[in-house]
Amino acid sequence: MAQPKDYGFGEDERILRDSARRFLDEVATMDEVRQLVAADAAEAYEGAVPPARYDESAWRKMVELGWTALAVPEAAGGAGIKCVAVAALSEEIGRRAMPSPLPSTLVATFALRAAETGAARSWLEKIAAGRSATLAMTNAEGSWESEATPVRAETRSDGAVLEGTAYFVQDARKASFFVVSAASEQGVGLYAVPADDPGVTIRPDHIVDLTRDQARVTFDRVHVPESAVVAPPPAGFEALRRATPAMLTIVSADIAGAADWQLRATTEYAKVRNQFDRPLGFFQAVKHPIVNMMVAIDETRSLLYNAACAVDAEPKLAERYARMAKSAASDTAAFCSGRSVQLHGGIGFTWECDVQIFFKRQKHSQVYLGDGVYQREKLAVLI
Amino acid sequence: MSERKDSPEQAEFRDHCRRWLEANHPGAPPFRLPQNPIEVMTQEQRVWLCAWQKSAYQAGLIACDYPKEYGGGGHQGFQRIAGAEVARAGVPYFINVIGLGMAAPTILNHGTEEQKRRFLPPLFSADEIWCQGFSEPGSGSDLAGAQTFAARKGDQWVINGHKVWTSLAHFASWMIILVRTSRDHKYDGLTYFIVPIAGAEGVTVRPLIKMTGETGFNEVLFEDLHVPDSLRLDDVGKGWTVAMTTLLYERGAAESAGTGGGESLDARIQALIDLARTTHRNGRTAWEDPVLRDRVLKLAIRIEALKQLGRRARVEPLTDHPMRLPLQSKLLGTEIGQDIAAVALEIEGMGSTLYLKDENAPQAGRWPLAYMNSYGMTIAAGTSEIQRNILGERVLGLAKSK
Repeated sequence: MAQPKDYGFGEDERILRDSARRFLDEVATMDEVRQLVAADAAEAYEGAVPPARYDESAWRKMVELGWTALAVPEAAGGAGIKCVAVAALSEEIGRRAMPSPLPSTLVATFALRAAETGAARSWLEKIAAGRSATLAMTNAEGSWESEATPVRAETRSDGAVLEGTAYFVQDARKASFFVVSAASEQGVGLYAVPADDPGVTIRPDHIVDLTRDQARVTFDRVHVPESAVVAPPPAGFEALRRATPAMLTIVSADIAGAADWQLRATTEYAKVRNQFDRPLGFFQAVKHPIVNMMVAIDETRSLLYNAACAVDAEPKLAERYARMAKSAASDTAAFCSGRSVQLHGGIGFTWECDVQIFFKRQKHSQVYLGDGVYQREKLAVLI
Repeated sequence: MSERKDSPEQAEFRDHCRRWLEANHPGAPPFRLPQNPIEVMTQEQRVWLCAWQKSAYQAGLIACDYPKEYGGGGHQGFQRIAGAEVARAGVPYFINVIGLGMAAPTILNHGTEEQKRRFLPPLFSADEIWCQGFSEPGSGSDLAGAQTFAARKGDQWVINGHKVWTSLAHFASWMIILVRTSRDHKYDGLTYFIVPIAGAEGVTVRPLIKMTGETGFNEVLFEDLHVPDSLRLDDVGKGWTVAMTTLLYERGAAESAGTGGGESLDARIQALIDLARTTHRNGRTAWEDPVLRDRVLKLAIRIEALKQLGRRARVEPLTDHPMRLPLQSKLLGTEIGQDIAAVALEIEGMGSTLYLKDENAPQAGRWPLAYMNSYGMTIAAGTSEIQRNILGERVLGLAKSK
């Protein structure tokens, strides 16, 4: 199967992205994001329970606009848009560092899509109807290998029982249900568990990033009915493997959008800030690293649309291209974050400067689903 | 990477290119070819390479998108396909690289009807080789500082001066040249000409020796060279504008009259991976060394990104400033080329000390040669530093570092 030359990014995709831009320009301005998550440093970092704020009215509007349904296949009541359009949407979320259940819900959507069972379809229908979700699969070491899941599943005649603690669960307090990867003697399975199940305990992590929340989620003999066994073991392993390219693409796109904000902010500052009677951008010691930021972002964007298009049209190469994209994205996140603070000078190091908000989101995204070194290790066997 | 979807005409043309290249691959000559066309040194290399370019031109793989009346194929959007197929076939390069890549598009954009009819067909067929006279001893990165002077004398111009780093001048019939026609204005005092080289009175071509030991580039001295006004390209005082057209093509930001041949980046990264898998260091292959393997993979990713850059540049909704991606291709291509060679030397370890003539040199010494030559690429056509200035100023709007 061949990829279309234009990545399959046509008029429909452009209209969707432009309308998303207009909407986000209204509900996720820099001022609003700052008011929401960075109004007060002590509140952000010193409280007994870290905050997990997001604009719930904006989220309700996003649901009304059908955003949770976008990536859900038509057969499950969704719009079934292409992965390239999901990538474009994710770029816009990242560009605004918007706290929202959407990115983790998109990741969970692709995991459910790859499961291809009746049960998975019923949970996709719930997402299409507006419920948020997130993936719980990571152990205490932060492994992204699905067989390393710390949650155990016991298969019963009427479903399964889950036991154990998943770590580093993204936006856990914004999720209405978890898609849990759990291991049993039969292999890895995927299970849907409502966040309000009495056997679920969410312990928030104190994280650096102000725009997400993260938690350890304990499943204490949680009974999962058959209708929530979305990928019976061992099919969970294969489902996660097939979903991985789209998941990596979504995070890479978030990084590309946020890095583009970092580039624009740093460029603007280098135009208006004068030292030695010249704008900073006159000096090549400033100009060239800014250009290097742009080059890194463009590498990431080119690779991530190639990966997204492979998810849509060339699945057998999708993992290879997605590993490349996330490798570049992780390195871009680190590089642009470092340069954005350094080139802003003293002000860039302060709480009041918005650069810190993106710096933290990017450092989180850099390692989420695996950093550059990890992606390249996975790529080594694909190339 | 798989093939992208072609239109029926494009598919038919691609098929033609493929079949022709398969049937007409000239194989390897009985002598060593340099790694790049700008290092061609001997007459036997020249004759062999000119014959190869001519056959490819006659098969329609060169100047596909140029008008028929100037010797082209009269198509649109075919050159990219021919370039891709030529690269994929792993055939030798086309020797008239400066003609195809720089002189032809400049003449097409700025030349008179007579100039286009006179100069383009023998350029495409390699019957006439071209070189470029931009750099001078006193003006490298500051190109507009050129001092070679053309003085008007009736309907003639008399040229005096000194050009350097002039690749292929030793074989060239013609040179595209940037000269000063007024000392009153830096940029507006420049004019662009076509001047004769081989056999012309008042022209001396002297070879310069590169750090690799190869020749292939030259210095060219002009002492009262007389040229008719009909060889002027565009208006007097417009030389800087014309030079920017040349550089747009030289830097790969626009499609040339014929590209490819020689070793593609894909082939080079594959060669690097093969080198890592077969080179033993400390009891294991270099590929089994996680640090070296990571370096190789980083390069493989950058190469894929460069290929995707060319593809994304043509997808309007996924681009930003129209020149943002095209202006990056020269910078990235040359720096990746340099880094591939640098990593190859690291993989070879002590083997990298052995050069072309040594019987134990890994892969006949290609990597130390490639590494040294890679600096020619990051310096020529505007250094990487100049490229970053251009990107920062023209695309991002940062203050000019004049």
